[in-house]
Amino acid sequence: MAIIERPSTPALAGSGAPAVVTPSQAYGVLKRPVSTTGWRSWVFTVDHKKLGIMYGVVAMFFFLVGGVEALLIRLQLAGPEGTVLSAGLYNEMFTMHATTMVFLFVMPMAAAFANYLVPLQIGARDVAFPRINAFGFWCFLAGGLFLNTSWLLGGAADGGWFMYQPNANALFSPSHGVDFWGLGLQITGIASLTGAINLIVTILNMRAPGMTLMKMPIFTWMILVIQFLLVFAIPVITVALFLLMFQREFGATFFDVSAGADPLLWQHLFWIFGHPEVYILVLPGFGIVSEVLPVFSRKPLFGYRFVVFSGAAIGFVGWGVWAHHMFASGLGPVSVAVFSVATMLIAIPTGVKIVNWTLTMWGGKIWFTTSMLFAIGLVVEFTIGGLSGVTHAVAPSDTQQTDTYYIVAHFHYTIFGGAVLGLFAGFYYWWPKMFGKMLSERLGKWNFWLMIIGMNLTFGPMHIIGLQGQPRRMMNWTEARAGEGFFNLGFWNRVASVGSFVIAIGVAVFLLNVWQTHKKSSKTPKAPLDPWDARSLEWMTASPPKEHNFDAIPTVHALDEFFHRKYEVDHDTGEVRKVATGEEILAAEEAKADKHIHLPSPSYWPIILAFALPLMGYGVIYNRLLIVAGGLVVLLAMFGWALEPSVADDSDYDPPADGGGSNKELATIG
Amino acid sequence: MSTTADHVEHGDHADHGDHVDHAHEPHVHEHKPDSYYVKVALILAAITALETSTYWVDFGAFFLPTLLILMAIKFVMVASLFMHLKGDDKIFSYLFYTGLILAILVYMAFLATFRFFSPT
Amino acid sequence: MAMWLFLGSECLLFGGLISTYMLYRGRHPADLGPDQIFDIPFTSVSSFVLLMSSLTMVLAVSAAAQKDDRRTNLWLTVTALLGATFVGGQVYEFTSFYREGLGFTSSLFSSSFYTLTGFHGVHVTVGIIMLMALVGINKRSSVPGDKAEVVELVGLYWHFVDVVWIIIFTLVYLIPS
Repeated sequence: MAIIERPSTPALAGSGAPAVVTPSQAYGVLKRPVSTTGWRSWVFTVDHKKLGIMYGVVAMFFFLVGGVEALLIRLQLAGPEGTVLSAGLYNEMFTMHATTMVFLFVMPMAAAFANYLVPLQIGARDVAFPRINAFGFWCFLAGGLFLNTSWLLGGAADGGWFMYQPNANALFSPSHGVDFWGLGLQITGIASLTGAINLIVTILNMRAPGMTLMKMPIFTWMILVIQFLLVFAIPVITVALFLLMFQREFGATFFDVSAGADPLLWQHLFWIFGHPEVYILVLPGFGIVSEVLPVFSRKPLFGYRFVVFSGAAIGFVGWGVWAHHMFASGLGPVSVAVFSVATMLIAIPTGVKIVNWTLTMWGGKIWFTTSMLFAIGLVVEFTIGGLSGVTHAVAPSDTQQTDTYYIVAHFHYTIFGGAVLGLFAGFYYWWPKMFGKMLSERLGKWNFWLMIIGMNLTFGPMHIIGLQGQPRRMMNWTEARAGEGFFNLGFWNRVASVGSFVIAIGVAVFLLNVWQTHKKSSKTPKAPLDPWDARSLEWMTASPPKEHNFDAIPTVHALDEFFHRKYEVDHDTGEVRKVATGEEILAAEEAKADKHIHLPSPSYWPIILAFALPLMGYGVIYNRLLIVAGGLVVLLAMFGWALEPSVADDSDYDPPADGGGSNKELATIG
Repeated sequence: MSTTADHVEHGDHADHGDHVDHAHEPHVHEHKPDSYYVKVALILAAITALETSTYWVDFGAFFLPTLLILMAIKFVMVASLFMHLKGDDKIFSYLFYTGLILAILVYMAFLATFRFFSPT
Repeated sequence: MAMWLFLGSECLLFGGLISTYMLYRGRHPADLGPDQIFDIPFTSVSSFVLLMSSLTMVLAVSAAAQKDDRRTNLWLTVTALLGATFVGGQVYEFTSFYREGLGFTSSLFSSSFYTLTGFHGVHVTVGIIMLMALVGINKRSSVPGDKAEVVELVGLYWHFVDVVWIIIFTLVYLIPS
């Protein structure tokens, strides 16, 4: 049985001489936070699993915030001449709904899964840079809170999530909302960038022995593609946001037409970021589904290589299509033609994936769990969204559809149908892994059907009202101009509003499910070790996993390693038969456990550094002195960070380390 | 962006204790004598001097291509010799040049949509 | 590896800033454009200074690899000084431009020029801070991790900043609009 040792000073064997200055001496009275229970163990943690769960909880919170914003929008449009929101508030509402859902829900929820699962899937004990990981999470939280404080401080951003210039200039948007938006995204951008670099290094460097890139679980592959997109897309939005900040705060004129500027500059920069961003949103869902479908079809993923390469191809071509968001902006015929063709091209790898998923299910013994239902839901709904997407690729028809509800319908089918359904499939699939308990399948089915019916009720009619010409972002419609019969805008708007509440009930059922499973009096039994007869490495450890993930780092021989350890082909009959259970495999792994495992210790610095950033943000908006103050905290935190060893010194423990064992052999932490 | 630069930097080396798995990050490039680097720097300086001379001497039609080629040479020299890309694991080159080439392609296309390269 | 990824990411950042500048560099009043205002000999000298700082950085890395703390510190300090000279030159340049009437908000050209070179200047400054931190850290023996590797990572960053300036110098200063 492996034990996590309390590390002793010579853990720093690499640096030669033992530490002369211990951390506690170096930083005055503060001891290194080392507790493993209580709130401290969460706030200062560097454990990728705890951080993953925190990402999930916070993202879920913002999902509810964004959901309430969406419901308010739908309430406003439920009847003619809605009076729920004022025009200004309505603008803020749709801007913040989109921003929240994109940046504060889908991206961090994907980060939650990535953080939690990638190290487990590749057989590592943590990510490459645990403290940077913690920093990324706190940055995201700080940025998200900063962004939302704008509601209390004079109004949120109101320029649409793309914040087109010059509409979002100080002249047309005098509140501080846009400033909060820009700086808030800047901070969450830092979170994404550091997270992305961290995960790439983790995936490329820390795979278990034997796991070549082509034996890597497909979810990890998709996460890898996404992180590359993030690394290269985030700096572009950073430039755009800085230009925006200089424009609004320091009087530059980058987007000021009267000064001779070209407002298209903003649109280009935004969409160069924005289109890869679209794939950043949807690829995690693809990855999850590519894990879920094979497990519940009891077949290997059809065409693993094709799924991998089409994922990479989507990531690559995604860089060459940004201007299709701008067909209506007068780019000129050559640009429009080029980007139109490129956009049609990107349908090919997406289609390849759909075909692969379908063929994975074909002939399989399908087990309709909630998770599987969500996955199938994704395949169907995303295909609908993808098809309406192809109609946008055709520039002439796009010109007709631009800025109508047809677009709204399209991207909700892709993002809700692609990303959100995928994430829910992930919840149900990995819940027993993360928390050791199964979510109720009965409530899960309710959750699924409510959400799937709700989404089709909400977003389906938007195709109709969009083609009828109802503009997007319109805060009011009147009975007099709603039209007749089947194409009556009012009727379909009401249907959409009803649908949005059906979705809301579906989400409520999910929350109820979570609460029922985990409430104190819950009789939910502990989940079996391998409830789904799963295929990949993360199931080859306890549920929930121990702090160090694996007692012994497994050696990988095949794609779907866990499956191949459970099943063998009988050479005489050609039949596949079960040779071991998950428990037996786990016991075998535990038997050869590493003797000594060292994990990095928790740290104060990530959270301090992260919360210094919004301080600087407020400084930019209100008082330049705060920038200086925030900057000093940043500088201090970075020095503290740089000088802090990754494992805590003995003297940080209270009471001091028992035994301390100074000359034991050291196992590497992955 | 500067802040990003900073903490990634610090985090980077601070965290090296965290991942002990150094085997995958080879730092085994042979160390050249200092005189070698001085020679490289002299060549770079000479190129800079040549570039600057365009300010006084008229190169005619060769002006723009010359400058761009000299710039590229300097870039590659610093990247592959000073930054050891040449001797290091290929993966570093891939990562860095992916970013670079992507940037060039995307921003060329971007400027092209503004008809930046066409004579007006 | 993380550093290389980060630098790859920075390519896109500077690419965006440079593109913005290229787009806007012709948009200025006739008497306050790049051709009138740039002082090529002066900037050439500061470019040269930055280039030489790359050399001293390489020497520092090489000394660190040989575990020669004294020489490492010496070269790191020299590098930081050269970097500071460059930033000083930039400050001087900005003030003299400002005196000639080129404020940050004067024209699109000036805004994009100051933004681009300012960003680069900030990167150099951050680099200097890191260099000085390294010198400070080197003097204490309690640093976690492998010192030579840390020096090398900072070196990578420093060279990258130099490389960016190579591009800026050519595209912004030498090519007339």
